[in-house]
Amino acid sequence: MRVPVSWLAEYCDPGLEPGDLARRLAMTGTEVERVSGRMGGDPGHFVIGRTLEVGPHPDADRLSVCEVDDGTGTRTIVCGAPNVAAGQSVVVALPGAVMPSGLEIGEAKLRGVLSSGMICSEAELGLGDEDDGILVLGDGPEPGTPATEVLSLDEPVLELEVTPNRPDCLSIYGVAREVHAVTGAELAEPPWDGWTDPGPGEVSELASVRIDDPELCPRFTLRVFTGVEVGESPAWLKDRLVSAGQRPINNVVDVTNYVMLLTGQPLHAFDLDRVPGGELVVRAAIEGEKVETLDGVERELPEGTVVVCDRDGPTAIAGIMGGASSEVSTGTTSVLLEVATWDGPGILKSSRELGLRSEASNRFEKGLHPALASRAQAIASRLLVEVCGGEAVPGMVDEGAGVPEKGSVRLGVGTAARVLGMEIPPATQEESLERLGFEVEAGEAGFSVLVPPDRAFDVTREIDLVEEVARVADLDAALPATLPATSGGGLSREQALRRTAEDAIVAAGFDEAVSWSFTSADSITTLGLDPTGDPRARPVAISNPLSEEQAVMRTTLLTSLVDAASRNLARGTGGVRLFESGRVYLPADGNVEAGGSFPGNRPAPALEPLMLGALASGALVPGDWRGDGVLADFFSLKGVLEQVAGSIGVSIEVVPGAEPFLHPGKAGRVLVDGQDLGWMGELHPSVGSAFGLGPSVAFEVGLDRLVAASPAGQESFVEVPSFPPVERDLAIVIPETVGASEIEAALRKAGGDLLEEVVLFDRYTGEQVGEGLCSLAFSLRFRAPDRTLSDEEVDPLWETIVESIESIGGTIRG
Amino acid sequence: MSVERIGKIEEEAAAAIAGAGDTTELEEARVRFLGRKAELTGILRGISDLDPSERGEVGSAANRAREAIEALVAGRAGELEREELGRSLETDRLDVTLPGSPPRPVGHLHPVTRTRRLIEDVLVGLGYRVVEGPEVEHDYYNFTALNHPEGHPARMLQDTFYVEPSEHLDPSCGSGPMDVLLRTHTSPMQVRAMEDSPPPLFVIVPGKTYRRDSDATHSPMFHQVEGLAVGEGLTLADLKGTLLELLRALFGPDREVRMRPHFFPFTEPSVEFDVSCFRCGGQGELEGGERCGLCKGIGWIELGGAGMVDPNVFGFVSEHGYDPDTVTGFAFGFGVERIAMLRHGMGDLRFLFENDVRMLEQFS
Repeated sequence: MRVPVSWLAEYCDPGLEPGDLARRLAMTGTEVERVSGRMGGDPGHFVIGRTLEVGPHPDADRLSVCEVDDGTGTRTIVCGAPNVAAGQSVVVALPGAVMPSGLEIGEAKLRGVLSSGMICSEAELGLGDEDDGILVLGDGPEPGTPATEVLSLDEPVLELEVTPNRPDCLSIYGVAREVHAVTGAELAEPPWDGWTDPGPGEVSELASVRIDDPELCPRFTLRVFTGVEVGESPAWLKDRLVSAGQRPINNVVDVTNYVMLLTGQPLHAFDLDRVPGGELVVRAAIEGEKVETLDGVERELPEGTVVVCDRDGPTAIAGIMGGASSEVSTGTTSVLLEVATWDGPGILKSSRELGLRSEASNRFEKGLHPALASRAQAIASRLLVEVCGGEAVPGMVDEGAGVPEKGSVRLGVGTAARVLGMEIPPATQEESLERLGFEVEAGEAGFSVLVPPDRAFDVTREIDLVEEVARVADLDAALPATLPATSGGGLSREQALRRTAEDAIVAAGFDEAVSWSFTSADSITTLGLDPTGDPRARPVAISNPLSEEQAVMRTTLLTSLVDAASRNLARGTGGVRLFESGRVYLPADGNVEAGGSFPGNRPAPALEPLMLGALASGALVPGDWRGDGVLADFFSLKGVLEQVAGSIGVSIEVVPGAEPFLHPGKAGRVLVDGQDLGWMGELHPSVGSAFGLGPSVAFEVGLDRLVAASPAGQESFVEVPSFPPVERDLAIVIPETVGASEIEAALRKAGGDLLEEVVLFDRYTGEQVGEGLCSLAFSLRFRAPDRTLSDEEVDPLWETIVESIESIGGTIRG
Repeated sequence: MSVERIGKIEEEAAAAIAGAGDTTELEEARVRFLGRKAELTGILRGISDLDPSERGEVGSAANRAREAIEALVAGRAGELEREELGRSLETDRLDVTLPGSPPRPVGHLHPVTRTRRLIEDVLVGLGYRVVEGPEVEHDYYNFTALNHPEGHPARMLQDTFYVEPSEHLDPSCGSGPMDVLLRTHTSPMQVRAMEDSPPPLFVIVPGKTYRRDSDATHSPMFHQVEGLAVGEGLTLADLKGTLLELLRALFGPDREVRMRPHFFPFTEPSVEFDVSCFRCGGQGELEGGERCGLCKGIGWIELGGAGMVDPNVFGFVSEHGYDPDTVTGFAFGFGVERIAMLRHGMGDLRFLFENDVRMLEQFS
């Protein structure tokens, strides 16, 4: 909302610098985005000029060469606006002028023609948003007149950011009331007072309205004006509109816009002669109905859109935009002025469905009280007579459920203090409320408060009144800072363990990525997941994504990690070690766990497990002048995963298991206590190359479940051994198809309780052991908890171990 | 005669031992004076053949001499070993100027994670629990139960990503096109947390949130931390004190907090809160009068929204012990990225999610 300070001052002038007023408003709940409209330099460089001749530029199709009378003589100005023509009254920025944008105007050759000055548009003058043409002044001030005498060029404008609960501040008088409340400066009488209705008459003979659905239209009023002369608005009116950001159209439309800006209540003027019989009907649109709106666009109306119809069908979209068929134009002599109240949520819904927002819909959608209609009619009636030369036909058509009475709310004497933690004296509370337009009656236990129609939707409860007295009081300066008594804060055990695991992978050399939760449907396809069996192939889809790249929610961290890795590698990072700790989004598919994992009565719509994923490519430990370092391969990454799990006391096991995006021979499932937590392996070369990666290894495990398996904090102490062990080494030759974990299990089973530790310290394949075989060397440590173990006790175990190895196809060497 | 001879041997031995230049020469000397064929050994061996009157004197002199020589050998051996070790260490030299051999490199937590943890730690210290909620959420929790009724214009303030209806979503989900969404704030968890536990309740909710917006200061995904405190007698002043503690922990002990009245559907009264600028100390200008670029000359930096929990919100959870006549509460929320960017002087929010290791490795 643009509030020109001079317009505001007509109703309330606090005598503050605009910047100070802006700060005061900001501290009481009305954010001021900026104070604009001031010219950067001397406003004397802007004068009124008249275009004498306008001709085409010899070397540029879009430019015109204009001869302009600036009051002192004729100057040549090259202009690019499509609407420039001879005989116009325009604003000329003379050389030396500084535009609000900071641009300094000089003399310059444009395509070979010397241009001395600029003909300005509204936007260039900082007066509005219109930038598709120059500003043309209708009533022709004398050339040479300082532009500041005609336009508020040097006038500051407060650009307010109005919150949706305050449609009253989408009006000059509403802002004036707010300024009055927060500064105490006097508030002028409302501008709608003082117009006297000419009295009952024959308006009902000229116009009528029937409301088919009263819920959608609480009030609909009509007045008729005859003998109207449509033309340009006077300079004062245009100036007000332009500085408030509205483009002048013609005097009738300008009056309706002016009144809307002043009161916050939108109005709509019909050409009465283009509304057959002056008969209007308010109803919901039926499927397939169309209307051409004032902006020249033919729009198909979504079913249920509220429309104002004449005998021929829809002639306006209620509360959003008028129709072309009944538009006021130069030939109009009789005006049918509609001021109605519409259901806010209905307007919001329709405006959304139509993709059409307007100044009117912006106000209606927030909810307006029916009492405002009379105010707008009063001011508009006066102006249509004064400005447009019309005559008001006595009487007003007024249909609807009637104007509701003012709401009544109680404010207890101690309520504000109870909520705020700060006393506000009752007299101050009363004064604040009264300044804001509430009618207050003080009683023993508090106040009885009547709510003005402007605030009817925002203030309905006691707490709403607390907010009113709090914000007008100098809340920030006066409010003490205290701390409540709390108890029992902390991270949960699971949250703390999650941090430990994350810190462990950082310690293992991995950088943390935090990636978009979105991905493309394509990237999931690229992974080759089974579309029927694999839940990861059924992502949660966004209906209104910003792009195809972000159209679905990720179902695996792998898509995020490959993205981050390929971006880094493309920048020339030699290798990457990245991890991510975050959620993936899977179909709930009736999985009860979906609801159980978050607090609250309703289950979460999707399954959102926390995952820990990592991807490495290149060196895991970089080489240096002494050696080669450690390459990121299956086993070095497995070591990282073991270390991360180990940091929270969890042992993992990896067994063969395929994923479509992994190298089939270098892929495994990660198990904890036999439960499947995820996968690890080398990326399938074709998947790697699809994402621009060379050989890479990765894993992804359920972090929730890893943490759930952790014994951290719950371990029982076991006595440290005090007797010496017996150490023996063992070399086994065995087919390569037998897994190391199977051999270890066989050793442990055979070794029994006395076998304390088994460590694989060498593995060899090659000619010496024969094709398909490998040689594995283990060191075994035996220990008894209560005595020194003798060789004689270990020897029988050794025989069992040999048998056990032979039973799985191995032989003991040497 | 013998005793004199013994003295002579001892002198000779002492000279030979002292003259031994290395362990080999010392060993030769030891063999010469203490070996099986040594004269002193012979004397000791022949003691029993001596006249009994001589035996005592010669015996004790020879034993003394033997012990003395042994001590000299041991002493000299120690000296020689030290000399030899010294000589060998002299030749065992490193080029200490060669580069150190790096251990396994240490990785880095993302600045968003670091900042989130810091915020969590401060609020945990103030007595809050950390709870987490779903990001794919019901409209009910994101809007309706937060006092954004259907058709409320405040729903428009947050440009929402909607989730396509699907049989794969939980059966509790409505089938309308706008029933399931990506949460636009962490506030839905306020309602879930209250459904879950009765007052007093002090929780924070860190997590990802989504809005359909993308430029240097808006990202379609970002992180928020929400705080919710509900109990008997909580006030707006308690909110101010809590924010003050938090902001001082994040931005320095001299910071002040400022609350500006604002509007949010689920709090009443509502405020936006600012921290005094930590670059210019809240003055709006730097030493020398230059306008402070961080706060743009205002002296305050906008951080987030807050307010007293609206009684209508309690109305949605009243059966869980939240009676608006007996409890009050406050809530606050702010962006983690914004805090991280302010603390580290970063410009473009979206860059944070590029995961460029040259960025990640700057933070430790």
